[in-house]
Amino acid sequence: MSTTDDAFTEQRHGALTALSDLFWRRPKLLVLLLLAPPLLWLGVIYVGALLALLLQSFYAIDEFTGLVDYDVLTLKTYRELFNPANLDIIIRTVLMATTVTLASAIIAFPIAYMAARYARGKWKAMFYLAVMLPLWSSYLVKIYAWKLILAKEGILNWLFAQLHLTGLLEAYLGLPVVGGGSLSISYTGTFLVFVYVWMPFMILPTQAALERVPVNLTDASSDLGATPWQTFRHVTFPLALPGIIAGSIFTFSLTLGDYIIPQIIGSSRLFIGQAVYAHQGTAGNIPLAAAFSVVPIVIMGLYLWMAQRKGAFDAL
Amino acid sequence: MTTAVSLKAITRRFGDVLALDAIDLDIVEGEFFAMLGPSGSGKTTCLRVIAGFEQPSSGELAIFGERAETVPPYKRNVNTVFQDYALFPHLNVIDNVAYSLMLRKVERSERYRQAEAALEMVKLSGYGARRPGQLSGGQRQRVALARALVNRPKVLLLDEPLGALDLKLREQMQEELKSLQKRLGITFIFVTHDQGEAMSMADRIAVFNLGRIMQVGTPEEIYLTPASRFVADFVGSSNVLPPDFVGTLTGKPGWASLRPEAVTVTAGAGANLIGMVVSRSYLGATTRLTVDIAGQRIHAVMPSGPAMPEEGEQVAVSFDPSALHRLADTP
Amino acid sequence: MHSDTPRAPWGLKLAAGAGLVFMIAPLLLIFVYAFTTEERTYQWPPPGLTLNWFAVTWGRADVWEALTLSVQVATVSTIIALILGTLCAAAVSGSRFFGREVISLLVILPIALPGIITGLALRSAFGMTDIPFSFWTIVVGHATFCVVTVYNNAVARFRRTSGSLIEASMDLGADQFQTFRHVILPNIGTALLAGGMLAFALSFDEVIVTTFTAGQQQTLPIWMLEELVRPRQRPVTNVVALIVVLVTTIPILLAFYLTRDGDQIAGSGK
Repeated sequence: MSTTDDAFTEQRHGALTALSDLFWRRPKLLVLLLLAPPLLWLGVIYVGALLALLLQSFYAIDEFTGLVDYDVLTLKTYRELFNPANLDIIIRTVLMATTVTLASAIIAFPIAYMAARYARGKWKAMFYLAVMLPLWSSYLVKIYAWKLILAKEGILNWLFAQLHLTGLLEAYLGLPVVGGGSLSISYTGTFLVFVYVWMPFMILPTQAALERVPVNLTDASSDLGATPWQTFRHVTFPLALPGIIAGSIFTFSLTLGDYIIPQIIGSSRLFIGQAVYAHQGTAGNIPLAAAFSVVPIVIMGLYLWMAQRKGAFDAL
Repeated sequence: MTTAVSLKAITRRFGDVLALDAIDLDIVEGEFFAMLGPSGSGKTTCLRVIAGFEQPSSGELAIFGERAETVPPYKRNVNTVFQDYALFPHLNVIDNVAYSLMLRKVERSERYRQAEAALEMVKLSGYGARRPGQLSGGQRQRVALARALVNRPKVLLLDEPLGALDLKLREQMQEELKSLQKRLGITFIFVTHDQGEAMSMADRIAVFNLGRIMQVGTPEEIYLTPASRFVADFVGSSNVLPPDFVGTLTGKPGWASLRPEAVTVTAGAGANLIGMVVSRSYLGATTRLTVDIAGQRIHAVMPSGPAMPEEGEQVAVSFDPSALHRLADTP
Repeated sequence: MHSDTPRAPWGLKLAAGAGLVFMIAPLLLIFVYAFTTEERTYQWPPPGLTLNWFAVTWGRADVWEALTLSVQVATVSTIIALILGTLCAAAVSGSRFFGREVISLLVILPIALPGIITGLALRSAFGMTDIPFSFWTIVVGHATFCVVTVYNNAVARFRRTSGSLIEASMDLGADQFQTFRHVILPNIGTALLAGGMLAFALSFDEVIVTTFTAGQQQTLPIWMLEELVRPRQRPVTNVVALIVVLVTTIPILLAFYLTRDGDQIAGSGK
């Protein structure tokens, strides 16, 4: 062992040691220095940009020149949002987001339940990857895959033909609203792609919530004479609900803001995202685009507020 | 006698909470010193101030005569054995032990020679290549000990060192720690909430409560002459008797403590203190009885015998008046 | 413990199985289409299989340029995200201070808000400050939403790394910089690697924010988007789609492999 010197403190010098001593004496200084770069980046660049966007929505296009009038702050652009045509876009988008969210919740639940409750070891890893791969693989490739599937000469029509069900598909496409010339230019097509693309965002939180439900709770319920369905309705489902709501926040918000999916697969009628894109681009109406982009923020704010009032976050 | 660690009016605040309230304490070189108290009493904060993980809000800390409150932990010749051992999971056992030597740029073979010697000291030779995750709780503790001792610190701090071990291992480690401390002559300061552990290991004990030191003394002093109701109750599991009860016994009212083994309980109603046995537990060589005397409960620990009173039985309680130890009026 | 797992009811198995097919099958389809001999339509089943389109794609300068730009953007964004995310995670884990939740919110916001808002916000900010579109305008957008993947991975690892390790290191004579090098970095290294790979995958694939910050530059996703809106050469698009799937899948599998120990610990702890 090393020989002990009699001095209690060790003498050590150098710039780094001096800096280290300073951080030890002033731990808050270290935290501040660590936080400064990310806070500057996110706070100044990102939040600054968001505020700039918000500010834009309070300007309006001058009707004579067609240019943005930067001298007057006005609510005129927000009034424009309530034109029948624009209101139509908002309602259409919200309805689509709602149906996509409900469908995702229904399809996601069995997968999440299976992964949380029954899958073990290798199977558990398989389930995890089966959810993570589509989640992380390219958004555009996923849309492209559905363009291939839904094409007139594609695999879905081929399948219906093989099963001699082409008539059924045509009858469905003849229906109002959900139908259309073909699947790839109908609301049904848009809906399918939305559900597909956002599904993992529903599965993961639902699975996490289900994994937090103690197994002995469901055992206790069946010990008390509940049928599996009663156990599910009164024990499992209420406990999984916070996870489903967390997932719905993603599916709802992502559908509200998307502009690429309805542009590639769907009818030519606009969604909020497309309206934003069109107004800021070719139309050059940045104030209206900004006002349109405030809509999803307000709707999500209301959504989160309601979820919180229902006590959905307490269990999270 | 050299003073190893000296605290003068050390105070530590966490927001509104006063974790240490003007602590004065001197710890002598080479002693085995215990800081005893319930959780939240400030004993761990006190240890962390000595180690340098906390800085006192005010007061003076000196270690071997040198002012230390502005010295960071890596410049203090003091080492710590952590409650959760804090072994580095990415290093194997020998590199854990040699960590401080590596930082001091000790040459590689010399580093491992010294680390191996430290492992041998804690009876873990040959375990160097293992990962901390492959060791049992007791072995991890020994590695933590070797790592803290490899530099021969002037003071070794131990935070609840035996808390995570089972009873048998704990007793064995108590013995080993004691003999190790004697052999190395290093000042050991350890924190514990277990009064039995403090009694059996320490040369001196400081009893903490609510951020203050209630009493400092040898185990005998603390046990036989507690300074306050808190110490009597926490350390000796003594009977703490209220002023009016003591008044009826002695004519002089005032708080007093009475050790349970000084109390004799006999069947029948001969003496002047008569009560009823409310519980009896057999502890092997001794039996613990709780007697209710007109609402005042008194515990007695007596050698187990054939004719112990039953629960619910009327009994006489007696003790030597000199066993009654007067307490200060403070809580 | 594993043996007493009850068997799933067949109805649940069927529903979960159908759900998984729905999730995975469309991705597998991409693999088939990359080899089809059909040039003008999305015909199924493919009339024949060929490797020819890989050679054609290899020779396409526009694909190479887009791919190069995407890789460069993803690399630089990942580096920035690694630095900012690690700093943020270290600050949040190392101490308790007022406003921690605000910082977490700030990090998550760029990915929680619809991409179109982030994109439009950045574009109008660039417009207002007269910053011309460049490589760096794309990077600014990407790094902003990539911070969260590094941050989440690092925070989770910091949480599992006991705080007393840092104290133990300082106790044994390491100053803060030595502690970072010898204790913190080895313990959070794999988490940073995983977070960095996810950030790379996220950046490599991003299209919505990029359309607002790229100007005339083409990243690979923007090239794909053009092909989706106005298809010019479908077989080349098929091949590029396959390559994109592979390039994003590999980092994800690696990230999963690097963090799997932690997941198993978390899983067995319940």
